[in-house]
Amino acid sequence: MMDDFLAARLQMTVSFVFHIVFACIGMTMPWLMFVAELKWIKTGRKVYLELSKAWARGVAIFFAVGAVSGTVLSFELGLLWPKFMEHAGAIIGMPFSWEGTAFFLEAIALGVFLYGRNRVSNRIHLFSGLLVGIAGVVSGIFVVAANAWMNSPSGFDWVNGQAINIDPVKAMFNRAWFQEALHMTIAAFASTSFAVAGVHAFMLLRHKENEFHRGAIHIALLFGAVAAILQPLSGDISAKNVAKLQPAKLAAMESLFKTSEPAALVIGGIPDEEKEEVKYGIHIPHLLSFLAHGDPNAEVEGLDKTSKEDWPPVAIVHFAFQIMVFMGMLMMGAGILFLIFKFKWKENLDKIWWLKLLVWLTPVGFIAVEAGWIVTEVGRQPWIIYGIMKTKDAVTPMPGVQYPFYLITLVYLLLTFLVVWLMRRQILAVHSNTQNLITHD
Amino acid sequence: MTEFIVFVLAVAILLYVLLGGADFGAGIVELVSGRRGMDTISKAIAPVWEANHVWLILAVVIIFNGFPRVFATLTTYLHIPVLIVLVGIIFRGTAFTFRYYDTANDKTHKYYTQFFRISSLLTPFFLGVTLGAIMMGRIPPHVEGTFYNSFVQPWCNLFAFTTGIFLTLLFAWLAAIYLLGESNDKQSYLTFAKTARILFVLLIASGLGVFMASELHELNFFSRFIHSPVAITCVVIATAVIPFLWQQIKRQNILLSRFLAGLQTACILTGWFAIQFPVMVYLADGSHLTIWNSQAPERTMTLLVYALIAGILLIFPAFAYLFKVFKFRQDKQQ
Ligand code: HDD
Ligand code: HEM
Ligand code: HEM
Repeated sequence: MMDDFLAARLQMTVSFVFHIVFACIGMTMPWLMFVAELKWIKTGRKVYLELSKAWARGVAIFFAVGAVSGTVLSFELGLLWPKFMEHAGAIIGMPFSWEGTAFFLEAIALGVFLYGRNRVSNRIHLFSGLLVGIAGVVSGIFVVAANAWMNSPSGFDWVNGQAINIDPVKAMFNRAWFQEALHMTIAAFASTSFAVAGVHAFMLLRHKENEFHRGAIHIALLFGAVAAILQPLSGDISAKNVAKLQPAKLAAMESLFKTSEPAALVIGGIPDEEKEEVKYGIHIPHLLSFLAHGDPNAEVEGLDKTSKEDWPPVAIVHFAFQIMVFMGMLMMGAGILFLIFKFKWKENLDKIWWLKLLVWLTPVGFIAVEAGWIVTEVGRQPWIIYGIMKTKDAVTPMPGVQYPFYLITLVYLLLTFLVVWLMRRQILAVHSNTQNLITHD
Repeated sequence: MTEFIVFVLAVAILLYVLLGGADFGAGIVELVSGRRGMDTISKAIAPVWEANHVWLILAVVIIFNGFPRVFATLTTYLHIPVLIVLVGIIFRGTAFTFRYYDTANDKTHKYYTQFFRISSLLTPFFLGVTLGAIMMGRIPPHVEGTFYNSFVQPWCNLFAFTTGIFLTLLFAWLAAIYLLGESNDKQSYLTFAKTARILFVLLIASGLGVFMASELHELNFFSRFIHSPVAITCVVIATAVIPFLWQQIKRQNILLSRFLAGLQTACILTGWFAIQFPVMVYLADGSHLTIWNSQAPERTMTLLVYALIAGILLIFPAFAYLFKVFKFRQDKQQ
């Protein structure tokens, strides 16, 4: 039988892994729709209108699933971690309450955008689309601020197991806030845009003349390329901050068992926690010192500075980090290629190999997002509030958490299956509707 | 400060019941009235359900930010009914959206519809059970005894079940009234009016059932009720409104019918708040979590007030606009 603590952690993982996909889409799609709508108003070309409408259908489905899974999460914080919420609620409730306002505006604006095309003026319609986009990004930033607080708690004093002198403003603008909000927002754009481009590239490969899909890829990749190029830079900011704020997490990401000066960067490899060494990795001398502290000879703290019972699971964090960075490099490469082709050698954008590449890159951004969150969350273990409260002390006292875990997992598996299936149907239907938009209208 | 927050919380709950509740109820009415109402119902709730849903989120956020101990207590001991409510919310929201958006119209729609209806029934029931358990005072202050003692008996009893039935009927009844305005031919108007009448009778009966169950459990619900002037006023108003409401329904005055039904619901909830105040949760050892002993520190409460005021200033005009566009405006000509 699975133990309750493990079940609670797995349930949290399943719920987040599920929600974050919809959150990324919810933050990004409104912007793509907005651009399509703008182009329709500017150029009067029917493809853009069809595009905006087709995307809107998809967004409505994703939004509903995002909303319900988000609601589940807000309850789960209490259902699974009541001791955590009892203390943290008063400290980090504030960003959630602002987030609530952002959700409201988002939901209202979305109602107008999706259902109001025939009821409000074009300008209000366009504006409502923009508002959905802004509210989505802002709500994402608020939640991430709450998560950043778990990584870098501030804005209270911890005395005898009680939080006193609470300052929610300070707690929200903690030292990890900016780095996480920036990295997450860019990640949402990169992952969703590449996925959208990939799906439309797949359709374009089947029907090479369809302007509809070509327009879609172009809009998506404009966002995707910029985001993918910025992402490693923002990741570098994150890494430098993690080195300062959570040295054990950085050491786990890099599998740095011994404090070193200078420290080498390890690429790949299999960490062995028993023997405290990495097998088969490629070591690049000085690079880790440089990446973590901006000085090729700086000392980098290793796991030996942390007592072993407070280590995060090293292998998981290390692999997840490698995956994220690798995916990031792939996307950055594709983004640079796209910009080069766009301004020079335009003909490449219609080449089969390019479209095939895009199809292959469809899931890459989302893989990076999931991996990145695993780095952040698993890398913080065994703490739920870093340095303050252990995760195991926060778990619900209710026995039998396995059953809620099975239930939620089952429900989300079913939903995943349904959403994929529905989207496929949707795309095929849209595709046959837009067959007549083959030539330049 | 605290009173203001509690007031907003009460309004959020009220609006969730009035708007979100009508959504749930629509699913129940569909279950009762069969296919006939289906198109009407989809069209009526599609543009607004997303926004209606957010009232629940607002209520949750207020509780965990302003009254974290209440949140932790409820989610710990009422884990099971809350979880069922959540699963219901998942199925309902998604099934509804899938049904509305799925372009191809085939057998799968039957499954969505089934899920939509069943979860529309299940969710309000367990929401009501949860509310009943909060009022009842069987939630233990600490985990003690068996699994059953701590995590089942606080909500698995006659009183909580009757409140569950009451809330379900209330939602269904609200939806029937609300849908009167969405029906576009005489036949469906009459169907909904009949459904509304039946539901109303059942609602009254289940309301009495709640009182009876509370007597059986020796909760003194009734005496608490008659000792609260506000609660009595509420009941008087709610009762006095009944004949007017029937008259308006007969006359097909939709706006006024909706308003009166809303007023009745507001009275019922206000009555409940009045006998509950200032207690948020009754505990089994006779102690209570009140708004005073469970509130967050002052600085948190102050900031929460600011957030709520800013939210109100932004949200209410936007909401009014949404309703104006979808409830009072026609499609413009293409
Ligand atoms: C498209 C997705 C994506 C891509 C391409 C990258 N990341 Fe990332 N990364 C995420 C998506 C992400 C994220 C959204 O999943 C996380 C989780 C928490 C956060 O703030 O962003 C994250 C976390 C995260 C963290 C931990 C932050 C913390 O715990 O506070 C670090 C150090 C990096 N990333 C570094 C990088 C580097 C050096 C990259 C170089 C290519 C990179 N990321 C690419
Ligand atoms: C990195 C983490 C998260 C990000 C970036 C994020 C972002 C978002 C976004 C953009 C939406 C809008 C839904 C859509 O457009 O599809 C959303 C929905 C939602 N999220 Fe999350 N979220 C995160 C985690 C959480 C957490 C931890 C909670 C709760 C504690 C939560 C609660 C919600 C709720 C309640 C909704 C529904 C809002 C509605 O009805 O409009 N989310 N989230
Ligand atoms: C959306 C992206 C996120 C993902 C994919 C994610 C993933 C995870 C994972 C994998 C765990 C389990 C870690 C372990 O036990 O080893 C976890 C735990 C947790 N996460 Fe996140 N998380 C995300 C965002 C957030 C946010 C925004 C919050 C809060 C505001 C949050 C709060 C928690 C809490 C309270 C736990 C349980 C305690 C713990 O294990 O530390 N997470 N999450």
